[in-house]
Amino acid sequence: MIRIKADTDLCVGSGQCVLTAPAVFDQDDDGIVALLTDHPDDQSAAHARQAITLCPSRALSIGPGHGAEEPRAGRRH
Amino acid sequence: MTKSVAGELTGLELPIERGCPFAPPTAYERLREQAPISKVRLTSGGEAWCVSGHEEGRAVLADPRFSSDKRKDGFPLFTLDAATLQQLRSQPPLMLGMDGAEHSAARRPVIGEFTVKRLAALRPRIQGIVDHFIDDLLATDQRPVDLVQALSLPVPSLVICELLGVPYTDHDFFQSRTTMMVSRTSLEDRRRAITELRAYIDDLLTHKESEPGDDLLGRQIARQRQEGALDHAGQVSLAFLLLTAGHETTANMISLGVVGLLTHPEQLALIKAEPDKTPMAVEELLRYFTIADGVTTRLATEDANIGGVSIKAGEGVIVSTLSANWDPAAFKDPAELDVERGARHHLAFGFGPHQCLGQNLARMELQIVFDTLFRRIPTLRLAAPAEDLPFKNDAVIYGVHELPVTW
Repeated sequence: MIRIKADTDLCVGSGQCVLTAPAVFDQDDDGIVALLTDHPDDQSAAHARQAITLCPSRALSIGPGHGAEEPRAGRRH
Repeated sequence: MTKSVAGELTGLELPIERGCPFAPPTAYERLREQAPISKVRLTSGGEAWCVSGHEEGRAVLADPRFSSDKRKDGFPLFTLDAATLQQLRSQPPLMLGMDGAEHSAARRPVIGEFTVKRLAALRPRIQGIVDHFIDDLLATDQRPVDLVQALSLPVPSLVICELLGVPYTDHDFFQSRTTMMVSRTSLEDRRRAITELRAYIDDLLTHKESEPGDDLLGRQIARQRQEGALDHAGQVSLAFLLLTAGHETTANMISLGVVGLLTHPEQLALIKAEPDKTPMAVEELLRYFTIADGVTTRLATEDANIGGVSIKAGEGVIVSTLSANWDPAAFKDPAELDVERGARHHLAFGFGPHQCLGQNLARMELQIVFDTLFRRIPTLRLAAPAEDLPFKNDAVIYGVHELPVTW
C-alpha cells in the first residue's frame, strides 16, 4: 500500500489529479488539491501514480514509510 | 545515425512553418534523433536552445530555474522590433510572464473558477450553447457551410460570455468583435475589434463593481473588496487574457478536431459507437495537432543541466511542445491518430506552473462539440479535400481559416 502526499503550496490547480484519480484527489473551493485518502486501495493507487506523473507543478508524491510496516496500513478495508 | 554535439548549431531557424498539414515540420524529427536539446537560430536574430524531446521538455517547463519573464535581457523572442520591445517593457506583465511567488499570487485567486467541480456545473450551459448553433446549422438550406464561422468561433465566444457574465443582450456584439479579432480581416479591423472589446470589458467591470453578479468577475471583485483593494485595471487585463487565451485556441481545436476525425473515419466510428471514448479522443487530437507550438519559451536564470546538456544562465530555451508530442519515446507511432492510445501526458497545454489555466474548460467544450456534432449530423463530411483546406501555416496558433462542410 502506498502513501500519497500533496503539497498545497506547489499546487497550481490544474485539476489533472481530480480527472485522473477522482477517488483520491479533490480540489477545494479555491482549486487547491485536497486528498480524499492518503492510502488508496490498489486500483486507485494505479490512477494516483498516473496523477503524480501528470501533475504539472510536481505537487504530488508518494510519501515515505509505505509498506506493511506502516501502522496505518492495517486499517485498509 | 551520428549524434551531433549538444550546443553545436543545427542550422535550423525557429519558428518554422508547418509543411504537411497533418504532421510537424520534419526538422523536429531530425533534432529529436540527433540531440533533443540543441542550439538553433531565431529568425529574429540570436540563438537559443530548442528542446524537442518530451522528457526534456517536461523537465525544463517544471524547473523554477527557467524564467517566463519576457522583459529579461536575453529572453528568446520571435519579434525583436523596437515597438514590440517597448510595449513589452512598458506594461505590467500578465501572469503568463511572471515567475515564482508573483505568478502564484496572480494565478491563485482565479484557479477556483476552473475547478473540475465548478466546470461540471457549467456543462449544461455549454451543451445549450452548442445545441443552439447546431440547431441553426440544421435549419439552413445553404451548402456547404463554413464550420469555422458557424460553430468553431461562436461556441467558445459564448462560453467566455457565460464565464465573464456578459449579459445576453450584448452577446451579438461580443461574438462579432471576437470573431473579427481573429479573422483574416485587415490589421485595422482587428485593432479596432481589440479596442472595442477592451472598452466593453472596462465598462462591464465598472457595472459589475456596483452590481457584482454570481460570475467570475463578480467573485473576483468580491474577493478583492474583502482583501481591501479593488484593482480595476488588473481585472480588465485578466478578463482580456481569459478571452484571448480561450477563444481562438478552442475555436482552432474545434475545427482541426473535426478535420482529424472526418479524415480518420475508423477513429470517428469508435467515439460514435462509444461516446465514453470522447475524452480520450480529445486528448489525442490535442496531442496530434498541438496548435500552440513555440509558445513555451523560457530564460535560464541559473546554470542548469537538463538531459546531460549544460544550459548556462542567460541562455534562452524554446520548448517545442509539438515536437515533444510527436516524440516516439512518449507516444508510439506518433503519426498515427489513435483515439484509444491514452495521450493524457501530452504537452499541448504546456507543463509546469504555467500549464493552461482553462485546460479543463477547453476539454469540456471539445468533448461536447464533437459528441453533439457527430450525433446530430451523423452524415457530416468535408466539402473540399482535406489537404486543400486553408491551414494557418505561419500563425502562432495553428488552425484552419475556413472549413467547408456539408451533409
